[in-house]
Amino acid sequence: MKARVHVMLKNGVLDPQGEAVRHALGALGFDGVSGVRQGKVIELDLADGTTEATVKEMCEKLLANTVIESYTIELS
Amino acid sequence: MKAAVIVFPGSNCDRDLKRAFEQAGLGVEMVWHKDTSLPKVDIVGIPGGFSFGDYLRCGAIAAQSPICREVVAHTERGGYAFGVCNGFQVLTETGILPGALLRNANLKYICRTVGLKVETTESVFTKGYGLGDEIGVPIAHHDGNYFADEATLDALEGENRVAFRYTDNPNGSARDIAGILSSNRRVLGMMPHPERAAESAHGNEDGARLFAHLTEVLSDA
Repeated sequence: MKARVHVMLKNGVLDPQGEAVRHALGALGFDGVSGVRQGKVIELDLADGTTEATVKEMCEKLLANTVIESYTIELS
Repeated sequence: MKAAVIVFPGSNCDRDLKRAFEQAGLGVEMVWHKDTSLPKVDIVGIPGGFSFGDYLRCGAIAAQSPICREVVAHTERGGYAFGVCNGFQVLTETGILPGALLRNANLKYICRTVGLKVETTESVFTKGYGLGDEIGVPIAHHDGNYFADEATLDALEGENRVAFRYTDNPNGSARDIAGILSSNRRVLGMMPHPERAAESAHGNEDGARLFAHLTEVLSDA
């Protein structure tokens, strides 16, 4: 089984990389992009039967820093 | 008086920190990240560098290394610790110090000497300075933008735990914070590198006073 973890900076935490991408899109002529937030996707190959609770523990302990980041988990 | 300096793959200021401790009169033992116990020491130094290539987040993998469990236990026992640059990032990732270090607001890696204002003299690290002294200390980082929520920042200020502020904020840090102390004032984390401004050959000795009082206070501890 697989899990896909999306990690994003929390709302309210400045994302200078997202801002730089937003500026670059504007420079390319894409009007109307009012905000860009950049995060990361972490794909995990897991033993069958791994619970969402275990993946959540991985997120809390290592994959995300919950001081600045939020995360969502997709299992498939 | 003994210090341990932790060495991770990618540490690159470990020997600089060792030398600064030694100049201040401490014996120093280098400790590898895979070690599962600390030697008997008074203070643990976590050096600058790019531990584990800054993969995932700066300091995140180092914070999970076997030796870091011992460093956490050492600070919980009331032991002293000092983290510089990547060492500060490791201290926040372990939860020993609050907050986190984000990418610099201007997205640039910044390597130059910056002005710092001494915000408290109430710690072994800052007692050698005068309150409000302005000193020059080099920075060299890409992720030094200190972040914590407003309540945490208020608590740090209310408890007089901001050790240094930038005189001209280079990286977007909240409230110009360059370094903070733990609640028991025995752990200091800071982005600037005092160990690179600690002897005449460096051309700047403003950082030396940070180390100068370690032996006397540690011998009282």
